[in-house]
Amino acid sequence: MQNFAEQFDETDPAVFSIETEFRSIDEWSSMHALSVIAMVDEVYGVKLTGDDIRKSATLEDLYNIVKSRL
Amino acid sequence: MAFLEIQNVKLSGLSACVPKTILENKDYPGFTSSEEAEKFMTTTGVYRKRISAADTCTSDLCLHAAEKLIADLKWDKKDIDCLIFVSQTHDYILPATSCLLQNRLGLKEEIFALDISLGCSGWVYGLQVLASLLSHGHFKKGLLLVGDTILKSCSIEDKSTYPLFGDAGTASALEFSPNSVGFKFHNSTDGEGFEAIIIPDGGYRNEVSPLSFEMVKMESGIKINKLHILLDGMNVFSFGISKAPESVNNLSQHFSIDLQGINFFVFHQANLFMNEKIRKKLRLPEEKVPYSLKNYGNTSSATIPLTMVTELKKQLETTHNKIIACGFGVGLSWGSVYFETEKFICSEIVEI
Repeated sequence: MQNFAEQFDETDPAVFSIETEFRSIDEWSSMHALSVIAMVDEVYGVKLTGDDIRKSATLEDLYNIVKSRL
Repeated sequence: MAFLEIQNVKLSGLSACVPKTILENKDYPGFTSSEEAEKFMTTTGVYRKRISAADTCTSDLCLHAAEKLIADLKWDKKDIDCLIFVSQTHDYILPATSCLLQNRLGLKEEIFALDISLGCSGWVYGLQVLASLLSHGHFKKGLLLVGDTILKSCSIEDKSTYPLFGDAGTASALEFSPNSVGFKFHNSTDGEGFEAIIIPDGGYRNEVSPLSFEMVKMESGIKINKLHILLDGMNVFSFGISKAPESVNNLSQHFSIDLQGINFFVFHQANLFMNEKIRKKLRLPEEKVPYSLKNYGNTSSATIPLTMVTELKKQLETTHNKIIACGFGVGLSWGSVYFETEKFICSEIVEI
């Protein structure tokens, strides 16, 4: 979750929880999607696709995808 | 694994031609604010690019690049035995553009001419085909003409493509050279990702129809029709940051190439954000990874030779260089090549 929060410059890390619907974060943009893909690739060695991001609503959804591919 | 080594052929020279009209991204009307424009430019690394006139095709850019290179190399056109044209922006659906270029360049009738339809990986693949043909020693000299006028297929109302791409054509000269070390390649293809970068209509799977022209809003800032390029940025990004470094590592491991000893790594110029992820993943120093993105954008198949012409001209002309180039994109198709250059002719960039 902290790794995810670090992709955002202008949003307080404290607002992130596993229920956070990341698309509703004001700052969210297509660039953040790319940052998240890059972070997951670097930190976990897992390849997230565009569909993975599109199908996920919350951080927990993303977490479960990453976990299933570890 | 799709590795290939081709000996007895050398790259003798490179040239590039771009349209003279410059588009500044700060003036792109699709950005809603100057902050958005600024953010786009710093993230993608693309500040401006060239756009071809309505009556200028990729073949025209490649023709001028080729004429300049032939003159600088002092080649006799009668000695050119093969001509390969790599592009996805051909003059006509048929005939092949390489046939038209044989005539327009004034090349002889006794020539092998072939079109190859690939984008971002195209220079690496075209190089393999031409080098393979020359390696037999029957054909002595060949031209590899690679480029795209990709802006012709971008919707001006699509901020994910229009500010990113630019137009360019290039020419690479190869010749049979019995003592040359030649080229080492790694290749890969994954057609499952064919929709990551696609123009859906206008071929024979989805023939052009009145519906093809209907403008559809895909998301905020992206309005396109089915004859425009549809780019799935997330999937392309995810593909690029994993496959480009993997291909370079495969090449270096298979052929025991020490990456530390390489002078320059010339990557397809996708965008700065993606390319920097690739560079850092391979732990390559900044000074060995040139970019032409700032002034020319992503020029599709032309990026690798264009970057060598615009960023490495002096080094290529004056010193011996060990180079790794890597192309990756539409297809999905990707590949890497290792080669060495010596006494290299790198023409001044041509503007038309």
